[in-house]
Amino acid sequence: MKMDLSQFYQVFFEESFEGLDAMEAELLRLSNDTPDVESINTIFRAAHSIKGGSGTFGFEKIASFTHVVETYLDLVREGKRKLATEQVDLLLRSVDCLRDMLTALSQNQTMDESRAIALKAEFESLLDEPPTANSTETQQLAKPQGSKSSWYITFIPHREILLTGNEPLYMLQELAQLGEVEVVVNTQSLPALDLIDVESCYFSWQIELISDCSESQIKEIFEWVEDDCEINISRQGFQTKDTKTQVTALSSSQVKPADENTQFSIEPSEPTKSETEVDSHTKIRTDKQLAEPATKVQASPTQSTALVGDSLTTDKAKQTSQKIADASSIRVSIDKVDSLINMVGELVITQAMLMQLSESEFDNKVVKRMKQGLAQLEHNTRELQESVMRIRMLPISFVFNRFVRLVRDSSQKLGKKIELVLLGEQTELDKTVMEKISDPMVHLVRNSVDHGIESPQERMAAGKSEIGKITLNAYHQGGNIVIEIIDDGRGLSTEKIRQKAITNGLINATDELTDEQINLLIFEPGFSTAETVSDLSGRGVGMDVVKSNIQALNGAVDVESTPNQGTKFKVRLPLTLAILDGQLVRVGQHIYIIPLVNIIESLQINPTQVSNIGGQLDVLDLRGEYVPIVRLAEVFAHQSDSHSLNEGLLVVVEVDSGKAGIFVDDLLAQQQVVIKSLEANYCKVEGISGATILGDGTVSLIIDVVGLVKVAGIKNLGTGNITIAEHSTSCESL
Amino acid sequence: MKKILAVDDSASMRQMVAFTLKKAGYDVQQAKDGVEALDMAQNSRFDLVLSDVNMPNMDGISLIRNLRALPDYKYTPLLMLTTESGLEKKSEGKAAGATGWIVKPFNPDQLIATIGKVLR
Repeated sequence: MKMDLSQFYQVFFEESFEGLDAMEAELLRLSNDTPDVESINTIFRAAHSIKGGSGTFGFEKIASFTHVVETYLDLVREGKRKLATEQVDLLLRSVDCLRDMLTALSQNQTMDESRAIALKAEFESLLDEPPTANSTETQQLAKPQGSKSSWYITFIPHREILLTGNEPLYMLQELAQLGEVEVVVNTQSLPALDLIDVESCYFSWQIELISDCSESQIKEIFEWVEDDCEINISRQGFQTKDTKTQVTALSSSQVKPADENTQFSIEPSEPTKSETEVDSHTKIRTDKQLAEPATKVQASPTQSTALVGDSLTTDKAKQTSQKIADASSIRVSIDKVDSLINMVGELVITQAMLMQLSESEFDNKVVKRMKQGLAQLEHNTRELQESVMRIRMLPISFVFNRFVRLVRDSSQKLGKKIELVLLGEQTELDKTVMEKISDPMVHLVRNSVDHGIESPQERMAAGKSEIGKITLNAYHQGGNIVIEIIDDGRGLSTEKIRQKAITNGLINATDELTDEQINLLIFEPGFSTAETVSDLSGRGVGMDVVKSNIQALNGAVDVESTPNQGTKFKVRLPLTLAILDGQLVRVGQHIYIIPLVNIIESLQINPTQVSNIGGQLDVLDLRGEYVPIVRLAEVFAHQSDSHSLNEGLLVVVEVDSGKAGIFVDDLLAQQQVVIKSLEANYCKVEGISGATILGDGTVSLIIDVVGLVKVAGIKNLGTGNITIAEHSTSCESL
Repeated sequence: MKKILAVDDSASMRQMVAFTLKKAGYDVQQAKDGVEALDMAQNSRFDLVLSDVNMPNMDGISLIRNLRALPDYKYTPLLMLTTESGLEKKSEGKAAGATGWIVKPFNPDQLIATIGKVLR
């Protein structure tokens, strides 16, 4: 039977990546504590499954590499090899290597074998066994026998052979398939009827077989019962007595010669420890497995890509490639899918009801019922929408868990001692948001490791514990998720930042700024406090990129810092990128949407509070704060109804931790809108983050307030030093 | 139709085994570990159980030992999936009551042939 195994590849890749994650997580736990048996078992099983799968699906390179890893782990499991930091490092590097190999494989790219070969050599030296110790002694058995010959086989099964589930009859039938047979059954040991034990086998057989088969072919038939019978195989006077040892050798000869199978003398391990104590990790895995395979839902990450600017360049190649592999599917727990199916069921019922009503004669009663039906439909739709959104939600632990490794590796490199604390790992957020936030978070965490936490000596001198602490915390707040990256390091140096900002021309030496305002300067473009460019952070990517990435997700980032006590970065993000709470605003004939999360307040302008700067920019004195006014009609070149500022309304939005006012003709409804990507359907337009379709079918554009302010040419918001660019261009494409 | 229970913690292996055997005309059910398999085996009769060895919660050897102790599975073929390096596992499995073994990696044809040795 020819079968296409490629249909299982995707599942294999997914579970292998999952297995590698589990391996990595357990390995990282090991390095902190003393090795515990269950952890090692989990690591072993992951390697074992990957080996088994890759062998079966024909990924020889992965199979042969995992084989060495597995062999080593097996010895560790039996306590014959140690697992100290160097070995954990080696294993972690192997995990990385395997991950890259699998990624390459899943994307049909050629994989880089050199790393695997180098790592394999390292393992082999640890195993201090030459890798070429192939089982040559078994080769002779597999020799083909050439022409036909007569075989005499005596088969005397032990009485209890049936209790192994083996059936002598089938073996005889199998023999018959090899050639011509003559079978003589020996019933001598059959006792009297009343003494027969029905579970015993009393017969033995003598078989004459004329065939061109090899001895190994005959032995293979009896392979499973070698210990449960006496068997004698001879050929025309040439007799083999010592069948037992040869049969044992035979089973190892099944090993493909191509496989570098190093034979180790491994004593029978005691039965794997009873696994009553299941750690939480295993549980999660179990849950997930329950959810498959029926619940594989294809996510479409394209929908919201338009919202995202250029991603960070740090480690880009590696991480993006990984992401492509991840993004193809998500795993969803059964209950979420069940509730979805339930919703759809109700929707169908409602639809049927409305359909029936539409076919009947219209009178008052029908209209009333129709209205009820529509209300029901609205209810169904909303619930369905919520259920679908839930499917895209994943716990943030997917992102957090990556940092265990990152912090471990980078702190080792820097000679720092750092403990990573994860809080709120089960907080859920949209998968797309999660993918997009990962890079900025890597940057923030690296920053904390690199600049935040001091060296052990420095910490001791400051009277702090030698071990620094980085806390990642996530929680929900309203429709947002808040992620905090807290370190107990030296804190931001306001003086240094100030000096640097003055040097870089971000502020004037005379400007009076609060510490808070100074700290926010680190997010300004062209600002980097790193005095020396280190291997970790400061690769030319500044915090400004982090900020713009987060803003591209409609989020915000904030920093709080206390000298010598630490720094806290707070990232606020919408839970999803698919739907947005929007304020509909009107300019002339056109309706735009401003995301509600950006809006601070909306007000009517008192013209006496407006002053003009340099004949270009109007600013409003809003309770002592100067807010630049952006006329939406002007930016987008529309005809406005409002001839003067007091005729329209001003929507005050938060931009770059400063404020700006968007001047519109009118405020309309507030509603949830489904975001459609502009990039996917048209092209990226500065100042616009996407589009949506309104109830009446018209397309409305969603304003990206940060972009809009940029288009309007306003700079340095929030520094108290607002300037306007030479000429504010209106958006060409509109 | 002969009923087979396929036990493996790896979803891809399980699916591959199930798919192959279904194509060969068997009724196949799947379990992800020994505990689940034992539970399923107690609730319905299977003509053959095919189990991986390394699994969380309950490994294949323990599963075979437990199954063999059940009156319904006294003569039932119980096969294990082992790797080539698992020689000692085979004897351990036999001691626990396994009928035989299939060596990983295997291809669909080998799998069907092996099953055919004990299930007709």
